Amino acid sequence: MQFGIFTVGDVTTDPTTGHTPTEHERIKATVAIAQKAEEVGLDVIAFGQHHNPPFTASSPTTTMAYVAALTERILLSTSTTLITTTDPVRIAEDYAQLQHLADGRMDLMLGRGNTGPVYPWFGKDIRQGIELAVENYALLHQLWRDDVVNWQGKHRTPLQGFTATPRPLDGVPPFVWHGSIRSPEIAEQAAYYGDGFFSNHIFWPSSHTAQMVGLYRRRFEHYGHGKAHQAIVGLGGQAFIAKNSQDAVNQFRPYFDNAPVYGHGPSLEEFVEATPLNVGSPQQVIEKTLGFREYAGDYQRQLWLMDHAGLPLKTVLEQLDLLGEEVVPVLRKEFAALRPADVPDAPTHQSLVAAAGGGRDSTVPAPADAVTGQSPVPEGARA
Amino acid sequence: MSLRIAVVTAGLSNPSSTRLLADQLAASAVSALADVGASAELDVVELRPLAHALADRLLTGFPTGDLSTAIAKVVTADALIVVSPIFSASYSGLFKMFFDVLEPEALAGVPVVLAATAGSARHSLVLEHAMRPLFSYLKTTPTPTAVFAASEDFGDTDGGALTVRIERAARELAALVSGVGGRATPRGRSLEEQFADPTPFAELLGRT
Repeated sequence: MQFGIFTVGDVTTDPTTGHTPTEHERIKATVAIAQKAEEVGLDVIAFGQHHNPPFTASSPTTTMAYVAALTERILLSTSTTLITTTDPVRIAEDYAQLQHLADGRMDLMLGRGNTGPVYPWFGKDIRQGIELAVENYALLHQLWRDDVVNWQGKHRTPLQGFTATPRPLDGVPPFVWHGSIRSPEIAEQAAYYGDGFFSNHIFWPSSHTAQMVGLYRRRFEHYGHGKAHQAIVGLGGQAFIAKNSQDAVNQFRPYFDNAPVYGHGPSLEEFVEATPLNVGSPQQVIEKTLGFREYAGDYQRQLWLMDHAGLPLKTVLEQLDLLGEEVVPVLRKEFAALRPADVPDAPTHQSLVAAAGGGRDSTVPAPADAVTGQSPVPEGARA
Repeated sequence: MSLRIAVVTAGLSNPSSTRLLADQLAASAVSALADVGASAELDVVELRPLAHALADRLLTGFPTGDLSTAIAKVVTADALIVVSPIFSASYSGLFKMFFDVLEPEALAGVPVVLAATAGSARHSLVLEHAMRPLFSYLKTTPTPTAVFAASEDFGDTDGGALTVRIERAARELAALVSGVGGRATPRGRSLEEQFADPTPFAELLGRT
């Protein structure tokens, strides 16, 4: 099982000090958080994509490539890549490029985005949100698998004889998760393709996550990708940890009370009761997290949101120490002990290459360039 | 035929004249349905104890506890009776909040009696100018008679004009529920129903 963190890259005022980080500070803090995540032994860090203040994360692949160069082991992912408003041709190329640079140490999670106004900024219509997610992914899926694509759809110009470059590393497309907060259609989409399904999980009651994951698992089996309990599930989580649980509550409360998403609403205690939010000792966080599998089944990826609501970098780094040193090692052991042998791990580049019977160079040489009429690759050397 | 009527009442005081009107409408509706050979059970949803949960629902996006139960009762009922006090020339904010948090089209086609209370009969057209458009937007089927009760109606000695209106609205509701007039518009599928029975992906791809 993979454990990690996901971030949306928000710039939020620290309610205890009034300090608001600059965009530059926030972007650099995100990199420091990623490095820390690797240092404390986490497996995954996922970056957001947003195109409006107060977010700083408009170009996830730029951040991921930079972090890939600074790290050695941690897998880079997104939370989420906007499949609705980003041209699928750009997604195909940006993430394939990243896949090469990071030597396959990446995957991505597709999402529809968090705000209506983003659609017209990219020439799209929010009323077609689901339709865009469906059509764009169908194209992205094809662009990574077919060297030459002829395609026609409703939401972008047709493609004729188009080759997305670079081709995926070793001929194996990046693994895709479909992230969703509440749409049944996205769980259905993930099941149809046999891709991963990530339930945002946080900010909502577990009964809702249970029915979303239940739909995905049932339909994963229906579409012939394996048994329902073998489907690839990820869950969000949210935690604030201190050695002593009352310290955790006291330290986190001002951030909770003023948080942009849920602040000024239910009390911290009510929210902890109703949602996956964990505020307490390492042992409390361990117990609640282990409880997730009771309604989501044995799952493959657990990501926590640790750096929001204006928490300063220093606190976030301390939180990651606690998460990586006191919580995750225990969870790793406990989840593994509970998991039946026929539940697979989340696919990685290595496992996908192995499943494909080994890697192959998938370079598509140009048949001839427009100036000389000659192919840059000698006839005999072509694959 | 056995039916369930949900009664939504937004009175704030106790005892509440809004609740009193709701109870009278409910009793008349049960009796009018009996006249057409149908029995009806009642679910009364008081909004006052749900006020905090409604504010939380607006901020967090999901309903909790008693509010979830109340929403489930209302969106699965065969008919509705809704009663609000008049505040500042309209239905109350609390009343509107409850209908704001329902899923789109959750009440489509449902027969409903609209009713309100106020200190003065001068507010009576709020039912026609504010509440009826709201329930048209929600695609419900409101009865032609909406029932307004001012303080003076409850002390009424001139032959029970309020009672006459209550009974007329109840008969209209019974006719809508038991006849073909109600339910011309199908109710939207709830999120739970969509999870239980998803749209197949081939259909989403437009390839069916």
